[in-house]
Amino acid sequence: MHIIESGNVAAATGVKLARAQVIAAYPITPQTPLTEKLSEFVESGQLDAQYIPVESEHSAMAVCIAASTAGTRAFTATSANGLLYMNEQLHWAVGARLPIVMCVANRGIGAPWTVWNDHQDSMAQRDVGWIQIYANDHQQIIDSVIKAFRLAETVSIPVMVCYDGYLLSHTYMPFDRPEQSDVDAFVPAFMPKNFLDPENPGNFNTVTLPDIRPGVDGVMEPGYIEIRHNLHQDLRAALESYEDIDRDFKKAFGRGGTPFVEEYRCDDARFVAVAIGSLSYQLRDVVDIMREDGIAIGVMGVQMYRPFPDEAIAQALSGKECVIVLEKALSYGNQGPLYGDIKSALYRLEDRPVIHNYILGLGGREIKTQQLLYALTESCTKPQAIEDTPRWIGLKLQE
Amino acid sequence: MAEKTTTLNLTEEEFVHPGNRACSGCGLSIVYRMGLKALGKNTILVVPPSCLTVLQGLYPVASTKLPCVNVTFASTGAAATGVRAAMKVLGKENVNVVAWAGDGGTGDIGIQALSGACERGEEIIYICYDNEAYMNTGVQRSGTTPQGVLTTTTPIKGKLQMKKDVPAIIAAHGIPYVATASAAFPLDLYDKVKKSTTISGPKYIHVHTPCPPGWGFESRFTIKVGKLAVETGLFDLYEIENGTFRLTGPSQRLLEKERRPVTDYFATQGRFKSLDSEMVRKIQQQVDAKWAAYKSAAV
Amino acid sequence: MAKSDYCKMISRSKPGPGDGGNTGSWRVKRPIIDNDKCIPAKTGKMACFNCWLYCPDCVVTKTIPPTIDLGFCKGCGICAEECPADAIEMVDEASRTAKEK
Repeated sequence: MHIIESGNVAAATGVKLARAQVIAAYPITPQTPLTEKLSEFVESGQLDAQYIPVESEHSAMAVCIAASTAGTRAFTATSANGLLYMNEQLHWAVGARLPIVMCVANRGIGAPWTVWNDHQDSMAQRDVGWIQIYANDHQQIIDSVIKAFRLAETVSIPVMVCYDGYLLSHTYMPFDRPEQSDVDAFVPAFMPKNFLDPENPGNFNTVTLPDIRPGVDGVMEPGYIEIRHNLHQDLRAALESYEDIDRDFKKAFGRGGTPFVEEYRCDDARFVAVAIGSLSYQLRDVVDIMREDGIAIGVMGVQMYRPFPDEAIAQALSGKECVIVLEKALSYGNQGPLYGDIKSALYRLEDRPVIHNYILGLGGREIKTQQLLYALTESCTKPQAIEDTPRWIGLKLQE
Repeated sequence: MAEKTTTLNLTEEEFVHPGNRACSGCGLSIVYRMGLKALGKNTILVVPPSCLTVLQGLYPVASTKLPCVNVTFASTGAAATGVRAAMKVLGKENVNVVAWAGDGGTGDIGIQALSGACERGEEIIYICYDNEAYMNTGVQRSGTTPQGVLTTTTPIKGKLQMKKDVPAIIAAHGIPYVATASAAFPLDLYDKVKKSTTISGPKYIHVHTPCPPGWGFESRFTIKVGKLAVETGLFDLYEIENGTFRLTGPSQRLLEKERRPVTDYFATQGRFKSLDSEMVRKIQQQVDAKWAAYKSAAV
Repeated sequence: MAKSDYCKMISRSKPGPGDGGNTGSWRVKRPIIDNDKCIPAKTGKMACFNCWLYCPDCVVTKTIPPTIDLGFCKGCGICAEECPADAIEMVDEASRTAKEK
């Protein structure tokens, strides 16, 4: 059924349809309407779940970790400093191989305080091991949340679904809300392999030695590095599993087919702009203008950022003359994180495209189509002249 | 009124395996052993970093026979909340959800999550074993380290500040059951843990836990040292049930008996070495004043 | 073909004794019970059992007479200290093991 709602409500609706069982969240702008909606769903009886109004984000993830270890489907949501406050817990959840799903309404990080959109919060978590999916519009938000629960429980790795704070979280758009029965068929009940059970006691995630060690039955059990190696192998394998899940979703709901990258006018493009989130859709307007001027440019939105779909990206950008990566995040002291990852994915190609990096929109600085047009035109006109160092769009430096 | 447990009627079933890594003479070993007897098999444990983490065993061997989730240091109260939420979802209402944390994981780094759980009225039992320092990391001072005590981070002057009264902080949340207990009185501890399994809402038990290496006494004196803390009136055994305070057992009997001087307790442990006579006098005065107040309240 | 056997490894311990190895080897002194002094042993009745009650390591049995598992007993001496009949003596381990050899 088609409804018109905000991105936060799209996310909350996805959580409801996926039948999350334990929800714990702490309010933080711009996530708050999501958690408010969920408490409304629970209190009204529309969602049969335990809703815990915790006293901090660290505790929100603690509740999810414990509830998931105890065998229930757990969910939380946050932004920016809240995500960072639970950073220790993110590492815990992934090392414990718990299929928790979390929404992140992307927001810049203090200091200084900002409540507006950029991607630094989730980008700063890229090394943790959580799967990261970025939604470009409201339909993708609700669809990704539903897919996330199935993916997390298939691969036993937590998934964060990220979407732009304010730009997506607070704006209203029409989208299709799937039927509960269809979602039930797509996301079956949670069947954990290992869970807290007085009938089958186990001690989870205690001190694990550097070396392998025999268990109570004499069998050699892994050390910390083997367990982490298994996580990494599973993360890489999750790429293929997610392709399958996305394919199933398309069969069931008629949408999807772009699990890793979403391309617009890239087939015959010489130049490709790359971005994450709603920016990749704003860039489509710029692409259309430049195409009218005869510049063969396309735009690619990265949908799955971790595990990094390096093969898919290398394939999509192979043979292009110039790749322009525009991002709302920075690995301070170096380059944009997406830029670095794409560069390393392209390294394997015989014929490597020239690649440029633009930093923009930090702390919610408005991104004007004119500015994008100017920057992209410069990049496409003299690709070799742009140095391998981030350029900035939208700075208002007072001379 | 439940029958008092005696050595003879106390269950022989053990829920801890021997040969674990707890120190020789560890007070926590006694507390944990008794507590699990009272809780029984239908229990899920939540444990943050602490001596208990080590006692319960390193992967892949568990010396605990009960299911347990190890959690990050600050999150015990919240994790216990999460386990209970899952039990409600799964319809397993009878399972005891029990957090076991040290004084640091309870009253310092863990206090926020515990406060939240108490305020929300979570259906959990929270047992704090108070060995009065961060023992697992090597005897650094904590909020519950008593005044004047030598630790590795108060190595010369001893702790300047007073012992944080964590049970009082928790009692201020208005939860239905707050109790103090001691490793030296294991049957009293057993009865209090058992009682807490019959009460609805958050239950908090603060257990004084002597530590031979951390406090500086020979391992054979764990019980003796613990008893002296109570007999000198320094650590009091009490219950606060629905807001009503009541001294229990040996502490209640102290209302009528003479207390031993605090110097008797200090003499048994190396950690009190730097207490001067002025400090000791002040502490004796504080203890005397506290007991004068107990006595006038009891009238 | 997408993987199906995910999460083959997690840190989940199973219950069992001896996580600390042969903790009996920690001992400097070992407890010896004198059954002529021990109350349950000499009366033949279920009585006292302070040693069983206070043992931190579950190595004392609640039997007549009580027995101590020397494989795991850490030699803390609490049983000796708390025995009301002075029936337990802490004896030098080195001399004991030398005798046994």
